[in-house]
Amino acid sequence: MAANSTKTMIIKNGYLFDPLNAIDGEVVDIFIREGKVVSSLSGPEARDATVIDARGKTVMPGGVDAHSHVAGTKVNAGRLMRPEDHYKSVRKKTDITHSGSGYTVPSVYKQGYDYAAMGYTTVFEAAMPPLEARHTHEEMRATPILDMGAYMVFGNNWFIMRYLKEGDIEKAAAYVAWMMRTHKAYGIKCVNPAGVENWGWARNVKGLDEPNIHFEVTSREIIRGLAEVNEMLGLPMSLHLHANNLGHPGNWELARDSLMITSSLEPNSKMELEWAETKASAKRRQTVYLAHAQFNSYGGSSWNDFCSGAPDLAKYINQTENVVIDSGSIPFGPATAMTGDGPAQHDLYMLTGQKWSNCDVEMECGSGILALAYLKSSRAHATMWAIGLEVLLLIDDPWKTIMTTDHPNGGMFSQYPQLIAWLMSRKARDDTAKECHKWAYERSSLGGVDREMSLYDIAILTRANSARTIGMAHRKGHLGAGADGDVTVYDIDPKSLDVNDSSYIISRFSRPDFTIKDGQIVARKGEIVYVPEGRRYYCQPYMDEEVEKDMMRDVRDWFKYYTVGFANYPVPDKYLKNPVPIPVNVPMEVVARR
Amino acid sequence: MAEIRLVPRGKIGITVEAEVIRPDLIAGKTKEEIERLTVWQGPRELPLSQFFEVELHGSAPEETKIIIDGEVSRVKRIGQGMKSGMIEILGSAGMYTGAEMTGGSILVRGDAGSWSGMEMKGGLLKITGNVGDHIGSAYRGSWRGMTGGQILIAGDAKSQLGGGLAGGSITVEGNVENFCAIRQSGGLILIKGNAVRGLGAEMNGGTVVIFGEVKNFSPGFVHQGVESNPKIGEIELEGRFARFLGDYAASKNPKGVLLTRTSQEVGE
Repeated sequence: MAANSTKTMIIKNGYLFDPLNAIDGEVVDIFIREGKVVSSLSGPEARDATVIDARGKTVMPGGVDAHSHVAGTKVNAGRLMRPEDHYKSVRKKTDITHSGSGYTVPSVYKQGYDYAAMGYTTVFEAAMPPLEARHTHEEMRATPILDMGAYMVFGNNWFIMRYLKEGDIEKAAAYVAWMMRTHKAYGIKCVNPAGVENWGWARNVKGLDEPNIHFEVTSREIIRGLAEVNEMLGLPMSLHLHANNLGHPGNWELARDSLMITSSLEPNSKMELEWAETKASAKRRQTVYLAHAQFNSYGGSSWNDFCSGAPDLAKYINQTENVVIDSGSIPFGPATAMTGDGPAQHDLYMLTGQKWSNCDVEMECGSGILALAYLKSSRAHATMWAIGLEVLLLIDDPWKTIMTTDHPNGGMFSQYPQLIAWLMSRKARDDTAKECHKWAYERSSLGGVDREMSLYDIAILTRANSARTIGMAHRKGHLGAGADGDVTVYDIDPKSLDVNDSSYIISRFSRPDFTIKDGQIVARKGEIVYVPEGRRYYCQPYMDEEVEKDMMRDVRDWFKYYTVGFANYPVPDKYLKNPVPIPVNVPMEVVARR
Repeated sequence: MAEIRLVPRGKIGITVEAEVIRPDLIAGKTKEEIERLTVWQGPRELPLSQFFEVELHGSAPEETKIIIDGEVSRVKRIGQGMKSGMIEILGSAGMYTGAEMTGGSILVRGDAGSWSGMEMKGGLLKITGNVGDHIGSAYRGSWRGMTGGQILIAGDAKSQLGGGLAGGSITVEGNVENFCAIRQSGGLILIKGNAVRGLGAEMNGGTVVIFGEVKNFSPGFVHQGVESNPKIGEIELEGRFARFLGDYAASKNPKGVLLTRTSQEVGE
């Protein structure tokens, strides 16, 4: 099917779940003109509109994935490392789509189609090393349909560590601003702060207050410093933290202490753009966004007395307003662990003996990859499954949680519908627990959790809050006037939905009736019918020009340690299709010059 | 018994992917239906009749036998995934012959290409000639190869025979080249001829028996003693064999067994 000839669309009679506009399953018609949601259409516009009758169906804004590994060198290394992941999972080409392959790490085309077919229209890459920014943008450029952006890894960056050690927060901010403009990055990601640098010397850091080698800066100083930089610049997303000691028994306390570091800061977004209408505030409330909380919510002291630490972590998060987490849940089955946390990946190799790779990214960060499968019969994996659901169910306010699998670390994004089935039904969890090692319920509190999420909650966890947390709710994650015309129509009648029918929930969430992107139908019952090019969002933050000049002298001085020439460092514009720069902290004189 | 004769129409250029040549899949089909089955040749999907003349004799689908009357070394995936029935090839066969088969039997009266019997789970694959690399092996990137069934090779095999073998057995009457039984974790490999190097590398289970010479013996194997007429399951070997355990290069407590013919006295 070609693009719709008309530029207007009406999705009528559906039960709408739009949490940012406080619409909970009411029958509301949606009007879209030239890709944007509008409050009404004129008579002639309505006559020419593409009309979708969603009577008896569930309508939500297009899905927004705030944390997924879908583009860049580590993703591609995962593909290269795992031919066995590809040869049995293939996608045939059609007249309008490319072929593709890959189960846990699909090729870029397949990723785009699979996300869209599942009702997602926006996906953010969770870790882009600066030196690999070109590769990341190249893969995003080749990804069809989806709107994307990428978070840049800063937690072990030499310049950041140096400036924070010197206590020069302004220079650190100037450096971050320049780096984000240079590499066209969207947000600040911080992976195992201070620890990955130590990994270059075969070591890690044990806690928040251990100074690392050479730079003698602590994890606490880096988290605090980057969060301050984040709010000083006023970036759309808060600091996105992959905490220290990931994947180890007993790490929940360190996760809690890490989240406390930013509690005295105020969220401060200073983007120069227009906000679509919402009933609730679409601005983020958090000053730290914890990645894949499941991997950092472990109790016990070894794999023998391993247990969930999620109830304790959730208790802290329930008391504070400045934290959002994504879950990194485990839906079982094959996975490919890939992270900027080199030492964590090595520990996983020592534990599993699976094939793995590790990489040091010069003066910036590191990474590692490992092939694995999560088994219900494994006591550790069964417990991790429970923890991955606890972190979503025990945090009372759904506006503090986002549902992910940390794709493809905990599982694949294509397994989100399975997570939804567990979140919506206690019986679904009980049924799975029966198939698992007994530790699933013995070593966690999940067996005693009665909470069953509603479709409204699911809409918060899969679009409204993911968009708000990363600062994209000015146009994504809701359907207020001015928002992007991204809509998903699920063949689910909320009035007659049996939440205990897991296979029904999974099949309906896997294959929505319609995925609509910018007012165009892109997927119908799982089949891709139209392939537009997505947008690429990135931030253009500004700092004081004098400070930036000072900072640039340092950059040029240390650039001799890089293996690339300075001129080849930036990502040129041609690497982005449909780029959407978001000006941040723009000084008055720059505004005046425009 | 139904007999389907496929007569190659001539020389094939670009290789053909013919996983549709499977007795359990063809069983009960008419001549026209079989002719219309499609195969891929490069980017083109073509009917089977483009490459084969189809003759159909008899009925009773449960005992379907396919005879390929000629040389088909440019045809890949014959019998891939088959569950039952028989295939007899009167000539050489291409890559992936009998890959992932779970039952039935394939007889190749000639050579077979690389990856034949890959990740086989059951059934019998018999080859009267020589074979390529990766016979009965795991797919690239995986270390779980053949888990059941039997492969008999009358000639020589190239490298990585039985890679990741977890079950079943492979017998080679001739020689093997490099890294035979790499990462083997179960099952049995019998080699009547010689091996070059890397035999049993990273092995942690199962048994390899070699009757001939090993040019470069894998360093991670430890001599355990000499046995006379050792028994492996139901198979009794004739003669004296030195018993090695390995591969210690890959793990601390490996369970891979390597038996080599020896003239040493028992107990040495």
